[in-house]
Amino acid sequence: MITLLKYNAGNILSVQNALNRLGYDSVVTHDKKVLEKAEKVIIPGVGEASSAMEYLKAHELDVLIPKLQQPVLGICLGLQLLCRSSEEGNALCLGVFDSEVVRFPSTEMIPHMGWNNCTELAGTLTKNIPETADFYYVHSFYATRSKHTKSICHYGIPFSATLEKDNFFATQFHPEKSASVGTILLKNFLEL
Amino acid sequence: MLKKRIIPCLDIKNGRTVKGINFKGLRDAGDPIALAQKYEEEGADELVFLDISATEERRATLLPLVQEIAHHLSIPFTVGGGIQSVRDVSNLLQAGADKVSLNSAAVNNPKLIQELSMAFGRQCIVLAIDSKEIFGKDTVFIHGGKKPTELETLDWARRGIDLGAGELLLTSMDFDGTKKGFDLRLLQKISKALPVPIIASGGAGNTTHFSEVFTKTNVTGALAASIFHFGEIAIPALKQELQQQKIPVRWI
Repeated sequence: MITLLKYNAGNILSVQNALNRLGYDSVVTHDKKVLEKAEKVIIPGVGEASSAMEYLKAHELDVLIPKLQQPVLGICLGLQLLCRSSEEGNALCLGVFDSEVVRFPSTEMIPHMGWNNCTELAGTLTKNIPETADFYYVHSFYATRSKHTKSICHYGIPFSATLEKDNFFATQFHPEKSASVGTILLKNFLEL
Repeated sequence: MLKKRIIPCLDIKNGRTVKGINFKGLRDAGDPIALAQKYEEEGADELVFLDISATEERRATLLPLVQEIAHHLSIPFTVGGGIQSVRDVSNLLQAGADKVSLNSAAVNNPKLIQELSMAFGRQCIVLAIDSKEIFGKDTVFIHGGKKPTELETLDWARRGIDLGAGELLLTSMDFDGTKKGFDLRLLQKISKALPVPIIASGGAGNTTHFSEVFTKTNVTGALAASIFHFGEIAIPALKQELQQQKIPVRWI
């Protein structure tokens, strides 16, 4: 069963809907035992980093998540929580990826909202996806590039669009809101 | 590169789309789900659903419809029309709407924008403004364009953003329905002054109007209804035209 992490962030329903369209059932939980035994874990989310980390800590998930062995996909805030730290509320995050999460320079319209493409595609998530393909983004903070960066998006500056490390995967954009190309990406994860 | 957005708007009444809609291959022209899916397939970047039901039964039909839309669509969508309270917004977002748009309620109670922004984040709060030029002053109208206010459009837009709106949906009542092009003067004025995403609305009649609004103003999206519904402009052809003009669009 695909297990979606329940925490104080929105947008979980959109991901569930996308999984339904692909024929996958899912459960939403913060129960540690269910998460440990899940076939795959998705950390969706639109929300605020420091309050999300507080929620994870209160449920001892800050210790559990980095130790998960099955494929894990972080989406948007989910990606940011898997990084080392976030400037949003000065949060210490889960530290799976080496990137730091910082605010966009004020020269750009914030939030970065709309369709944008990825370049320098590598890794598993973007398999069969061309560099001309656009994904849907909504965010005010971004993950810096690190050795775990597998594709880049440009908005004033280049930042990590996807990150991968061992069984951990993450996208800054919303594949569940990215039409057919988002579906390909979700399938790449679900069929791991 | 961030793309310019093409946004069809669907008017909903009692759970069905209104205005005559003439789409090849669509048997039941009043079905919002079928129409929305058609637009997604054609390459619409977002959709706006505007609920124009006038009665109290409205919510009874709107929320299940939003759930259905969310189930079937894999592009973002905004729901507007008659939103009055934090509870209304909470219900719509929980049903699966990505954003909500506020109009009259925000004018009557500007603090609502702040409350919504704090509760749900500014990225999902769209401030819809209907503007009409009266004796040289861009004037905000409410109640579906029926009632003028004292507010000047740029002042109100700026205040709305300061209060926490993340995006503007700016309709020129002077140009709406004319098909003579977007209100470039108004859109230029607002989009140069305010560094937020702005959706242009009112006046689109042909593909040139879209390229004009994207090259001559800083808006990031353009909305239209009947010209898409009646098939006067097909979205793939529109995007092809924009791409030829070197305007960045999402290609599918």
